[in-house]
Amino acid sequence: MVCFQSLKREGFDMIRALAWLGFIACFSLGLLFPWSKTPLIMALCYGMASMGVAIMMRAGQVSFGHALYAAIAAYSVAFAARSFPEWDGLLLLLIGVLASSLAAALIGLFVVRYRGIFFGMLNLALSMVVFSMLGKFYNLTGGTDGLRINRPTLFNHTLERDTFETSLLMLCLLLAAVLVWGVQRYYKSASGEALAGIKSNETRLEYLGLSAKRILWNAYILSAALVGLSGALFGLVQGLVTPDIGSWFRSGEYVFISILGGSGHAFGALLGAAVFEAVKLFAAAYMTGVWQLILGVTLIIVILVAPDGIVGLLQKRKPPTGEAP
Amino acid sequence: MSALLETKGLQLSFGGVVAADHIDFVLQRGERLAVIGQNGAGKTTFINICTGFLKPASGQVFFNGVEVTHQLPRQIVRLGLGRSFQLPQLFLDHTVRQCLEIAAAGRSGKLSFFKSLSDSVDGREVDDTLALVGLQQRAHDPALALPEGQRKLLDIAMALMLRPQLLIMDEPTSGVASEDKMALMDTVMQALTERQVTSWFVEHDIDIVNRYATRVAAWIAGKVAADGPPADVLSNPQIQREVLGTH
Amino acid sequence: MSTELMLLALADGVSYAALLFMVSLGLTLICGVMGIVNVAHGALYAFGGYTASYFTLLTLGHEPSTWMLLACLVAAALLVGVVLGTTLEVGLLRRVQMRDPVQQLLMTFAAFMVLEDVQRLIWGTQPYSAPDIIGRLGTVHFFNVTYTNYQLIVIPIVALLAYAGLLFFLHFTSLGKQVVAVTHHREMATALGIHAKRIGWLTFVLGATLGALGGAMAAPTTSMVPGAGADMIVLSFAVVATAGMGQISGALLASLMIGLARSMAVYLAPEWEVAVPYLIMVLVLLVRPNGLFSVAQARRI
Repeated sequence: MVCFQSLKREGFDMIRALAWLGFIACFSLGLLFPWSKTPLIMALCYGMASMGVAIMMRAGQVSFGHALYAAIAAYSVAFAARSFPEWDGLLLLLIGVLASSLAAALIGLFVVRYRGIFFGMLNLALSMVVFSMLGKFYNLTGGTDGLRINRPTLFNHTLERDTFETSLLMLCLLLAAVLVWGVQRYYKSASGEALAGIKSNETRLEYLGLSAKRILWNAYILSAALVGLSGALFGLVQGLVTPDIGSWFRSGEYVFISILGGSGHAFGALLGAAVFEAVKLFAAAYMTGVWQLILGVTLIIVILVAPDGIVGLLQKRKPPTGEAP
Repeated sequence: MSALLETKGLQLSFGGVVAADHIDFVLQRGERLAVIGQNGAGKTTFINICTGFLKPASGQVFFNGVEVTHQLPRQIVRLGLGRSFQLPQLFLDHTVRQCLEIAAAGRSGKLSFFKSLSDSVDGREVDDTLALVGLQQRAHDPALALPEGQRKLLDIAMALMLRPQLLIMDEPTSGVASEDKMALMDTVMQALTERQVTSWFVEHDIDIVNRYATRVAAWIAGKVAADGPPADVLSNPQIQREVLGTH
Repeated sequence: MSTELMLLALADGVSYAALLFMVSLGLTLICGVMGIVNVAHGALYAFGGYTASYFTLLTLGHEPSTWMLLACLVAAALLVGVVLGTTLEVGLLRRVQMRDPVQQLLMTFAAFMVLEDVQRLIWGTQPYSAPDIIGRLGTVHFFNVTYTNYQLIVIPIVALLAYAGLLFFLHFTSLGKQVVAVTHHREMATALGIHAKRIGWLTFVLGATLGALGGAMAAPTTSMVPGAGADMIVLSFAVVATAGMGQISGALLASLMIGLARSMAVYLAPEWEVAVPYLIMVLVLLVRPNGLFSVAQARRI
């Protein structure tokens, strides 16, 4: 008899090892190659955002507009930083996450009534409304030029560019690690398993006395908080926010990364982001002008060959002896 | 003591088809009701209305004396009702054990964000239910891997985890190999008797009806055409002609 | 707002709506028949536009007639639709036919990414334009307002012809009726002997050609640049989602609604111009989640 659980356990050990390896590698790379800090931070941001999108995918709902929350968080940070330049970077991050979570709590009330492609479409529409407004209301948002964010203090220390980046990298690594652990625990919790139950059988959940909408709403807020966090961090490291941070294409990239990494484990999104950024860098360095083509081909291959993503491949390793008759 | 379930004047049509034709129905505690009728007669529609999945055009439903006509399935389930389906409604991405654990978590109504699923529920109760339906050996198999008969058992077991007062089973033995039908019903009905659960099952197999039911209600065109002890209903000439297809 | 501005806005709205409709027609056809949301439709639009401009530039050296110029546009659309459409359908979509709609959508998203770069490799990043046909056809005057014949008359006529042609095809030809059968129930249609695979290919190519036609017709009015496809695809989504997937006549109304609303916004509240289509989409979806003209779903359990 195939033991489902031990198969998963083997895969998880592999993932745990990879996670440790990954974090140490990031840390070392950042210290050894100062130019790599910004790309590493970007990759971690992409990873955290995609983790957010993956949470909704666990319930079978794919949002094509989650970049909206990155935009809300990033622009909140920008507005706050301009109004209160003395505020610490950590406070700004908190503001960004709160803004996106509150928005999600409100929007979620409507959006969790939709399923499948309509869920995706509605999220897309909302993100496009905000995206177009960000681009057009020049006086408020700086239009397509965006808004600058001056480097704030971190932990109440004023930092030079280099130290700031290093600190942000450390912060990102820490946050990413905590999130992977936390989100994975959520996945294994009663709430997280019920969330997965929405994908396979929402009717059954209802007939067990559970509200699928409420479970989905909770997950939506969590996912938006993650995307918001990544948006806020992005704004801080770039020192600039533009409407692109909330474009439908960016949302598509988040979905891409979640599929690439696999939604079976919280770490999948980070794996996906690592591959994504690596391919982007490689393509930019050696084959300028075709990074989209390469990424597109990568996605095609993943969908055809490994639809459960990298994590899915890791969890499907050789089963223990003794197959079911 | 009030009836366990009661309906008054339930009415619902789909386009030109009358699925429920002013149905007045009473189900008492402790009964073992078998519902028979041709496909399309309105048996499942009636269940859907009583469990809140469909809203009637008019009429009322009472569960334990409380009106539940406009409530949602999850609210009615909380009042003590459990249901299994014609096509087993399982969590196919989860294991057999996890299906029952989710059901148990559902019963408590509180879903933790942090404690793992197995730690949030009473493991022994899950073990007992697994043993009751004979699925202990397959506890860690994906629900997807179960054959039809065991899927039906799991579906029923999930409803049982809710510790309902009334269990509605929609065609519990359909799709199950004939040689396994009796074993399945034996297991289930014994469990229900042990736990003092009132049962209501839709069935096409008359042997099963004869063997397990204390009362039979026959549906024809959205109405209850006959209602009473099995011997009476099954020997009713109209029922024999229009429902059973015999003379 | 003066009468002239009103009329101008109306004219803008109608010509824009016509273009939007032509592109959305193909998208909603594919949605309805194959259940796939084709993100690559934007690339078909772009390729249609570039190819049309290319053909036009080719023929310019031979003193072409106006009909010749028009033929270039249509020929470009046909070429792109058949070649690119077939490549996408046979090469990619057929392989994920049995998968869930999200994977199918992502497949088209990936194809879109690839095609955006292919387009840049072929035609570069410089604006590419061939507006000659517009000048040829002159302008129309009404109530002190001047508008190009091409945009106000030719494009809407082509769009309506495409619409009429599609409806005729679907309801009055044997092949078209097979497409409708496959839409409603693929398995059943196959059981009745219909070649679902071939119908799938035909539908996709038809939809792709319509998308490319949209791009081809739009090409003379603008210069083709990278990113044109991306802008168009999201707008056509708005139309398709507002009307309801697979609602062909609904798409006509939705295009008009969105086109007119947008052009009104340009004159009345310009900052809202880009947001208006999506606001309409949100409002419609909030009230009718399946779109304005969708049909009810059958019972599930």
